[in-house]
Amino acid sequence: MKDMKYTAGTDNGRTAEPETRRLHAPFSREVIRSLHAGDTVLISGTVYTARDAAHKRLCEALAAGEALPFDIRNAVIYYVGPTPPRPGQVLGAAGPTTSGRMDAYAPTLMDAGLAAMIGKGDRSEAVIDSMRKNTAVYFAATGGAGALLSKCIIASETVCYEDLGTEAVRRLTVQDFPATVVIDCEGTDLYKTAPAQYRKEG
Amino acid sequence: MSIREIDVSAVREAVARLCVKANTELDPALYEALRKASAAEVSPVGRSILCQLVENAGIARATGTPICQDTGLAVVFATVGQDVHFTGGSLEEAIHAGVAEGYTAGYLRKSVVGDPLRRTNTGDNTPAIIHYRVVPGDGFEITVAPKGIGSENMSRLFMLKPSQGADGIREAVLTAVREAGASACPPLVIGVGVGGSFEKCAQLAKEALLRPIGQNSADPFWADFERDLLERVNRLGIGPQGLGGTTTALWLAVEPYATHIGGLPVAVCLNCHVARHESAVL
Repeated sequence: MKDMKYTAGTDNGRTAEPETRRLHAPFSREVIRSLHAGDTVLISGTVYTARDAAHKRLCEALAAGEALPFDIRNAVIYYVGPTPPRPGQVLGAAGPTTSGRMDAYAPTLMDAGLAAMIGKGDRSEAVIDSMRKNTAVYFAATGGAGALLSKCIIASETVCYEDLGTEAVRRLTVQDFPATVVIDCEGTDLYKTAPAQYRKEG
Repeated sequence: MSIREIDVSAVREAVARLCVKANTELDPALYEALRKASAAEVSPVGRSILCQLVENAGIARATGTPICQDTGLAVVFATVGQDVHFTGGSLEEAIHAGVAEGYTAGYLRKSVVGDPLRRTNTGDNTPAIIHYRVVPGDGFEITVAPKGIGSENMSRLFMLKPSQGADGIREAVLTAVREAGASACPPLVIGVGVGGSFEKCAQLAKEALLRPIGQNSADPFWADFERDLLERVNRLGIGPQGLGGTTTALWLAVEPYATHIGGLPVAVCLNCHVARHESAVL
């Protein structure tokens, strides 16, 4: 089974491996309500890429009352700027970038319908408040696993902002893309709760 | 004394090759450290992440796909023998040209904007950031150390007072790691500069990242300091990707230098597990 390769080897049976759930993107708000911080998932379906410069443009378009170049209602945005594909590849390395840089824009996009974000690193209180209000979810993918995550992307087409190069918005088709629910729609934040369990300071 | 000539085209070719190698082939010592950590990590989520990183390094090496999509700013350290004469053009231009060639031909990401506020991508990942050191002799060594911004953004410089001493240095490092949390992509490789001046200290921290993994300081005092500090970092509980665990850093190196009677600068350069650096001697 494909999920098995993402779990640890047999030499460490101390704790049960996390159970992995399969999700199909885009997700309904009902599915989002069933996700809890700490759940590990494999995502298949459609996600959009956007990072710093694309977020700025999307929010400028909304502020100007313009329609967005793609339907953001219930959409999933993956914060990534991939490397160019080698011949025969869909994309090059495609791991997550630091989500915090999108914090200034994320609440505006959630108000417009964005349902889920995939990235890495913690989010501001304003983002978490907006996630509660809009029933949205935030997943972390493994930063630094760009070559592995690239293999989970089976199709890619540029949607808009092609001039931004790696920062252009792309529509990706992903299959069994591994991620962890880090902040759920109730605002529970694994980045705050998990390290405390392993801390041995003092 | 004789002068040795080096054609800058050889420098350009070496830089291009090193850019690609550094971005696609994880340092074998780091690969081994990751593998060990994936067996020793206590957190199940942490283990699963470390296993992904081990698998990722294998895929990158086998397919030539970069280990991480952030193929970095090209930081270059050139150690130039004073008896070397460069021919065929400008050394500096050759280094930039090598970076452009490596990042273009190697399908690496172009992540550089030409102006920090107007932010237009230069399209070829230049300019490089170049540090020169002139040494006796006719040797020439060049190191390419591509640096991703996720961890660079969380790096810190502290101008401590001498009275803050060893405790102050330890607290500075732990503060930087704690505040970085998940954003610097733990498990980390940590370079610490201690002493010098404001800018020297930052450079020491970056140079500490070039030291081979597993090789503690030659000075037993600092070697003990490094081992103790790495242990303290791993007691923070941050864990792989900040999701909790006992593997927050794989390695930590400190580079000390003489400093002013009234100062104790400390720089903490954080790196993710992909502490890339490749060297060539011409």
